[in-house]
Amino acid sequence: MTGRAKAPAASGADPRAWVITGARPLGGEPADFLLSDGVIAEIGAGCDGGAEPGARLLDADGLILLPGLVDLHAHLREPGREDAETVASGTAAAALGGYTAVHAMANTDPVADTAGVVEQIWRLGQQAGRCDVQPVGAVTVGLAGSRLAELGAMADSAARVRIFSDDGRCVSDAVLMRRALEYVKAFDGVIAQHAQEPRLTEGAQVNEGEISGRLGLAGWPAVAEEAIIARDCLLAAHVGSALHVCHVSTAGSVEIIRSAKAKGWRVTAEVTPHHLLLTDELAASYDPIFKVNPPLRTAADVAALREGLADGTIDCVATDHAPHSPEDKETEWAAAVFGMTGLETALRVVHAAMVETGLLDWAGVADRMSARPAAIGRLDGHGSGDRGTEHRGTGRGAGGHGAGGHGAGDHGAGDHGAGDHGAGDHGAGPRGIGRHGCLLTPGSPANLVLYDPAPREAVDPAAHASKSRNTPFAGMVLPGQVVATFLRGRPTVLDGKLAR
Amino acid sequence: MNRHLISAADLSRADALLILDTADELAQVADRPIRKLPTLRGRTVVNLFYEDSTRTRISFEAAAKRLSADVINFSAKGSSVAKGESLKDTALTLEAMGADAVVIRHPASGAPHRLARWVRGSVVNAGDGTHEHPTQALLDAFTMRRRLGRLDGLRVTIVGDVLHSRVARSNMLLLHTLGAEVTLVAPPTLLPVAVGGWPCSVGYDLSAALPKSDVVMMLRVQQERMSAAYFPSVREYSRRYGLDADRVALLPEHAIVMHPGPMNRGVEIAAEVADSARSTIVEQVANGVSVRMAVLYLLLGGSEAQQ
Repeated sequence: MTGRAKAPAASGADPRAWVITGARPLGGEPADFLLSDGVIAEIGAGCDGGAEPGARLLDADGLILLPGLVDLHAHLREPGREDAETVASGTAAAALGGYTAVHAMANTDPVADTAGVVEQIWRLGQQAGRCDVQPVGAVTVGLAGSRLAELGAMADSAARVRIFSDDGRCVSDAVLMRRALEYVKAFDGVIAQHAQEPRLTEGAQVNEGEISGRLGLAGWPAVAEEAIIARDCLLAAHVGSALHVCHVSTAGSVEIIRSAKAKGWRVTAEVTPHHLLLTDELAASYDPIFKVNPPLRTAADVAALREGLADGTIDCVATDHAPHSPEDKETEWAAAVFGMTGLETALRVVHAAMVETGLLDWAGVADRMSARPAAIGRLDGHGSGDRGTEHRGTGRGAGGHGAGGHGAGDHGAGDHGAGDHGAGDHGAGPRGIGRHGCLLTPGSPANLVLYDPAPREAVDPAAHASKSRNTPFAGMVLPGQVVATFLRGRPTVLDGKLAR
Repeated sequence: MNRHLISAADLSRADALLILDTADELAQVADRPIRKLPTLRGRTVVNLFYEDSTRTRISFEAAAKRLSADVINFSAKGSSVAKGESLKDTALTLEAMGADAVVIRHPASGAPHRLARWVRGSVVNAGDGTHEHPTQALLDAFTMRRRLGRLDGLRVTIVGDVLHSRVARSNMLLLHTLGAEVTLVAPPTLLPVAVGGWPCSVGYDLSAALPKSDVVMMLRVQQERMSAAYFPSVREYSRRYGLDADRVALLPEHAIVMHPGPMNRGVEIAAEVADSARSTIVEQVANGVSVRMAVLYLLLGGSEAQQ
């Protein structure tokens, strides 16, 4: 039976070796994979693990093999709101969604603005063991937007923080944003901005447009996001620093980022699964399950976001997984908190929004959900496995490397050369394997996900491992299912269920 | 008709006319020595008011009582709501008490939609945030029809804070359904950015709109708008968008002046205009009871009870 793990020989509960047969790497031709000692030891037809006594067999006939997914943006709520999520439950959700690494946002209580707190979160991730947890550090003390947190201390800590963000709040002060962008150059950091002009969004509830007017809910104009992104791109260019734009949600934002990349500026961007699939029409129910920051936008914005992700303007998909307790959501719209869960549905949503529409092939999905986020997050052993590959200036007409102060050798001139993405990703599988060969090559860390594209089932929140149920996709029929996830050769998910 | 009355858009033209015709009949009750019908005897109507609105609450209370319903007034002040009980828990409490209809006034847009998911009885929106106030629109249409004899083709100009006005939203929707031609006049800051998609015309010049109006409806300027830079000063607002005697002279002879109340005399409407013969402001209040009787009667199956 497909996807069913078997033990061909006597073996312990946690064998050191796995043989995966018939998997289609990046959706390409089927191959067999031997995982041993945490790495992909061998690839080819008929590697039956005979050389590895005790190896377990996983029949992956028809399943797509992708590198383990990497999320740049998740709220794991610990410490502070363990009723909504913990590192343990959040990483379980991540594993079930096919993720092998997640970045934990800093808006915990206490805020992750010191080396002590980021190390605590990092250790909780290590204990949970299902998924690497990379803490994001706050840019400003207490997310208050008034003075810089000790970014260097967080970078030098055991958590090795490289992404800094006040996510949930915007670093709206232009001087503070400039200083943050400049300061993190010393340790190859990146500032991930939650782009929301605060004065333009006071009390804002839904995208400003036809829907906000009809529903009588305070409007959240696109310009509130776009003005900050434009300013930050200019600041990043001015000081030669790396900017990452969180959860891009408007067509105008895509245009601004496209133009910044065309100039060779060091700007990367992410889009959430929900902004790729849902529109502000859903607010007409006044059900706060659809209340999110930034808000759901129009169908035209969704189309532009999909196009931007396809052509590489938007580098990656990030979930902005934001679990909330029922009492924070089962209220009037204006009284409810912002946010949606996303880790357990992200790949299926991207499948529906990008693959079924022909905008990305599976190699493209691997790039946008694994290789690029790993590169932006400077993660070892995830995605490309090629640390330091910063996909700056990818996409249309990119001039390659920006004017940063980094050695050229630091930027993966090999497999991920600038301009290599974009339209080229529409190629068929085998070509994708070649280009992304480092992802699934012998010797690479065995961070993998096996995905069955065939099923079509309604999303059932009750089956989620997240402690929270605030998924906007509840009841929606989506394609696909994550069958197995491997973290350094060890299964965290088997048969679609948590391993161990 | 739907089970609930939450948006004026819930009403078809036939529904709306049925309510207005029923209100016409029920208005005659007010002229009888005993102003009470037994129609809703044994039914329970809860007035759930999260905002102070004596006028609307009393109107619904009078309407329900004239139909012999039992009325429970549940106000946010001094109740469990003040102690932080959620709307959902309050709804479940009302449900357990067997409310046949819940009339809700709430500061949050969409609160009646949420309530309708949690109770089995009919939900009547008595004003939700900056969204809608459908019974106000019905009583306004009722007043227009009584004064001017028709709604079809009637030219109605609504003036003021359209962006935040539930009265404007409901009136625009209902009047469109009933065939009237609506023009909104406001400073551009107080119009929704996408107002171009609404089934009405939009203008910025009140004096220009008045000669082509059969009805002019003045909206209340809320105190909080005055301090939030939507317009430079109250005086300037009043000069540009207030209805004074000079502007009233621009109206056709037959035209009427409406205001949902409470008024800011001297701001959006001059005292002499509010008190003039063209003004329907006091009539609107009286008509409110008849229209709300009709709504409760029709939603609670009053017609079946009589058979």
